[in-house]
Amino acid sequence: MADWLADNTLLLGLALLDGLAYAALVFMVAVGLNLVFGVLRIVNVAHGSLFAIGAYSAASLGLAFASAGLPPWAGYAALVLAAALVGAVLGPLVERLVLRRIYGQEEVLQLLVTFALFMILEDVQKLIWGVQPVSQDLPMKLLGTVDVPFGDDVIPFTIYQLFVLPGVALATLIGLAWFLRRTLTGRVIVAVTTDKEAAMAMGIDAARVTLLTFTFGAALAALGGALASPTTSLVPGIGAQTIVLSFAVVATAGLGQIEGAALTSLLIGLGRSVAVYFAPEFEVVVPYIIMVAVLLVRPQGLFGVLETRRV
Amino acid sequence: MSGDRDAPAAAPAHVQVHAQGPAGVTLAREGALALLAAAAAILVAWAVPWLKFVLTLALAKGIAVLGILLLLRAGQVSFGHAMFLATGAYTVAFVAPRIEEVLLLLPLAMLLATLLGLAVGLFVVRYRDIFFGMLNLALSMVLYSLLEKLYDYTKGTDGIRVAALRFAGTVPGRETQEWLMFGLALLLAIGFGLLVRAYLGSPMGRALAGIKTRETRLEFMGISARRVLLFAYVLSALMGGAAGALVAMTSRHVTPQLAYWTSSGELVFIAILGGAGSALGPFLGAAGFELVRVYAAAAVAEAWQLILGSVLLLVILFAPGGIWGMLSGRLRGRGA
Amino acid sequence: MNDAITRRDALLGAAATAGSLLLAGGNARAQARPTELRIGITTFLSGAASVFGVPARQAAELLFEEINKAGGIAGLPVRAYFVDEAPGTDHLVGEYRRLVQNEGVYVVFASISSGSCLACTPLSDEMRKTTLLWDCGTQRIFEEGKHPYAFRTQGYGTPEVLAPLLYLLKHKPDFRTLAVINQDYAWGRDSWELWKAAMDALKPGVRVVAEMFPRFGAPDYSTEVTRLLAARPDVILSTSWGGDLVTLVRQASERRLFERSTFVLPVAEASMQVLGRTMPAGHVIGARGDHWNNHPQPKDPARLAKFVDAYRAKYNEYPIYPCHHMAQAISALQAGLGRAIQAKGGGWPNDLELANAFRGLTFDTPTSSITLREDGQGLEDQIVGLSSFNDRFPFAVPRDMIMFPAAMVSTPVGQKSVDWLKTLKPEMLAQVPAPIAG
Repeated sequence: MADWLADNTLLLGLALLDGLAYAALVFMVAVGLNLVFGVLRIVNVAHGSLFAIGAYSAASLGLAFASAGLPPWAGYAALVLAAALVGAVLGPLVERLVLRRIYGQEEVLQLLVTFALFMILEDVQKLIWGVQPVSQDLPMKLLGTVDVPFGDDVIPFTIYQLFVLPGVALATLIGLAWFLRRTLTGRVIVAVTTDKEAAMAMGIDAARVTLLTFTFGAALAALGGALASPTTSLVPGIGAQTIVLSFAVVATAGLGQIEGAALTSLLIGLGRSVAVYFAPEFEVVVPYIIMVAVLLVRPQGLFGVLETRRV
Repeated sequence: MSGDRDAPAAAPAHVQVHAQGPAGVTLAREGALALLAAAAAILVAWAVPWLKFVLTLALAKGIAVLGILLLLRAGQVSFGHAMFLATGAYTVAFVAPRIEEVLLLLPLAMLLATLLGLAVGLFVVRYRDIFFGMLNLALSMVLYSLLEKLYDYTKGTDGIRVAALRFAGTVPGRETQEWLMFGLALLLAIGFGLLVRAYLGSPMGRALAGIKTRETRLEFMGISARRVLLFAYVLSALMGGAAGALVAMTSRHVTPQLAYWTSSGELVFIAILGGAGSALGPFLGAAGFELVRVYAAAAVAEAWQLILGSVLLLVILFAPGGIWGMLSGRLRGRGA
Repeated sequence: MNDAITRRDALLGAAATAGSLLLAGGNARAQARPTELRIGITTFLSGAASVFGVPARQAAELLFEEINKAGGIAGLPVRAYFVDEAPGTDHLVGEYRRLVQNEGVYVVFASISSGSCLACTPLSDEMRKTTLLWDCGTQRIFEEGKHPYAFRTQGYGTPEVLAPLLYLLKHKPDFRTLAVINQDYAWGRDSWELWKAAMDALKPGVRVVAEMFPRFGAPDYSTEVTRLLAARPDVILSTSWGGDLVTLVRQASERRLFERSTFVLPVAEASMQVLGRTMPAGHVIGARGDHWNNHPQPKDPARLAKFVDAYRAKYNEYPIYPCHHMAQAISALQAGLGRAIQAKGGGWPNDLELANAFRGLTFDTPTSSITLREDGQGLEDQIVGLSSFNDRFPFAVPRDMIMFPAAMVSTPVGQKSVDWLKTLKPEMLAQVPAPIAG
């Protein structure tokens, strides 16, 4: 083991850098899902579709900005703008038109409603953006690369992936924590997450909190997609893969726990990149193995709180 | 589970159908409806040859959905149940080159799925609600990844072709074989349907509903909720294995897609589409699902998901009792 | 979400089809001359592989429109039934049955995915339905069994891997290390097995420094790119395609991996338009055939130009190789049916007579001609070159092209590809034709 470590320290260092960027993207999607689950108690399968639509919208908006002759840095504005737009339009639409009708119904129905939305949105994406890969990588290219020393060699990393993605994720984590603990709206959300009935008895407008949270969660999913869009090419089906990974993060983290989501994303990101280097066959299984292992030891998730059992 | 108290009036009605037990008018009515459905299936399979294939698959999936139904009784949603279906299917694919006999392959597939169900069940019955669902999902994704990654054994996403099979020692022609598979699926569907019905009427089955409403009360009565759920889980895995074997023998080709999370989602989808109120629901749901999918694919090949999703959405919003709910509601209305 | 109207229309359409489907059953076996020529076509209409499937369908619709305007095939108007491969094999084999038993199609064009083809060809045997494998590449089809009703109207994995390897050995004979990064599914695995067998025979001693098979449709290759940057192989092989290839090339070129290693991308052609100027110049690119837009000496330049122009006019993009493969299947059908009718003295051929007409058939494509061997495999020439840019196209096209005659790079009938590739000798390089400037 010690020998192996000595031989591979440098590679492990590279794996760490790779894992960080990946973890950042995973976190952006999972944290929104977790927030929504905390308040609505709905596992939103359509969260993956919001990710995909956010990504496509960001790419389209970025391309539109570029062809309108706006300066290149407007590409970053496009990312944020697209995410906000998708959240503000689709969030309330889905919550008001669909989810609102099934609150209080059986959990399986709530889950399936979002599954139905996911199926519908999957085809809607295809009708809007077609099937050819869409990409807009200006925001990544603009920042260029930085050389990381590797023995006698150097390895170029893109600044976007090495600094921007983890930076935004960290900012989101800190901002969310501050928002939930220090602002009134945030505290109300936490109150509803912890005990909905008690919160409503205290006179909290649960309908408003739900709408707000869902919209916010949708915007986070879209932002995750938007941030991912410069590094990848968008094809049909990206939503399905994103969502299933986020499920693993949410269950591992503990429901409604944002710090848990951050730690889990980090674990999964690092685990995956180490696997790519040393055991590529297991790359895909890593998130699920982490999840099962964590839940074996802590059945309520890393940061989860045991719920009192009702008689 | 705060949602149960204010569930819509329609939902308890189905539960009541069962609460009345196997005796009484409902049994006769449900039995008559089942016979009618079976006769209709045979008629359609005879009149439209290619639908025979679609209906065989629908019956097979219906058997797997029966398992989902059991867990739904306990208020638990398995979002990874396709893993048992895939286990059954891959058992057939792996063993068929050595043992061609359908009557041996089928029990073997059921056995392996049951064993997997027991192993997984011992672990997951300790969890409830989202954790239960997500753990099932995670484990099914592990199976999916293995089927996809272990290329040397599974041929990856290409999948494995199931060679010609024997029925009780004979190798029938294509037409006969299709009828045999259809008959086998129908027979198993009826058998498992009756089994599930009897099980739900038994004390063990009734205890399942206890897990959904107030699990702690169940334990106060000295009943181990975990054991109750484990029994149901293993039974559902067994049925999943049977379904998988039938799917593999009918479509004669298995791929890892069978274990992907969307396949599990489909099974839950079928359970709700058919209605969780009766053992007949899964088969109505499966037939409805397969037919909608086939006709949607024929009408608009590039937007079948949109149609299927819309159907699901409409059913949940406007007919949460599913097809069975609509049918039984109509029957009751006429009877009164 | 403005899908309310389309959804209603779709549902109404589905209901109407449902009626006609139920009524239409029965007389699929009749072999009298039909009133229209029905063709079932399986292709990807959703999911990641729809980047191939949809352009191919567009090509089919364009060509059928032209054909029908000109009086159809054998005097019959053509009607195509498209089926989505994406929902999975169990659904697809059901759809194949529907096409044959219910829609009464005369011939089936099967599949982009190798998995779909492996599931459909045995059905063609059972149902005795002529099936043209129009795009899938797995060598397993005709090497592991006989399929009297199935014919592949294009090349397949072995020539599509061997030709780029031979090109590499000519272009950069002194490479010592190689890494592979392929999609984790049959084509990715099989193509590597074929490449490795051929490389070890033609140039023994090359060290493989990394073998990576990232998940199909993986959104991100940064970790893999880092590993490749650290490993510094002389050559990087990737038979990836679609969105995966686009992502890989973008991430690799941004991080200057293309400056450290020579890439060999046998399926590059379909992604060149999307990549545009992002594709670095000077790397080995293939097209799964010879249908490049800048083919140096097409057999029928007017026909090639007409097809490309018509496709561009209608869909506002250049046709990619699956479009050409679709066109090849249609040309093969025209030629094969004509031959069968002639053999029957003008009568309408039944399923067996139709299938027999395809054996040994030679048909013309815009760029060349293809012969279907006695095992059903088509012989399609391969052109490989180095990525380059010129004034004619806004995307990379090959230069220094080498045209490999199909017979030279295809496994002889009755042999298995991997076994045959192991018997290759380095002397084979002497037979490789000289590059054409292009």
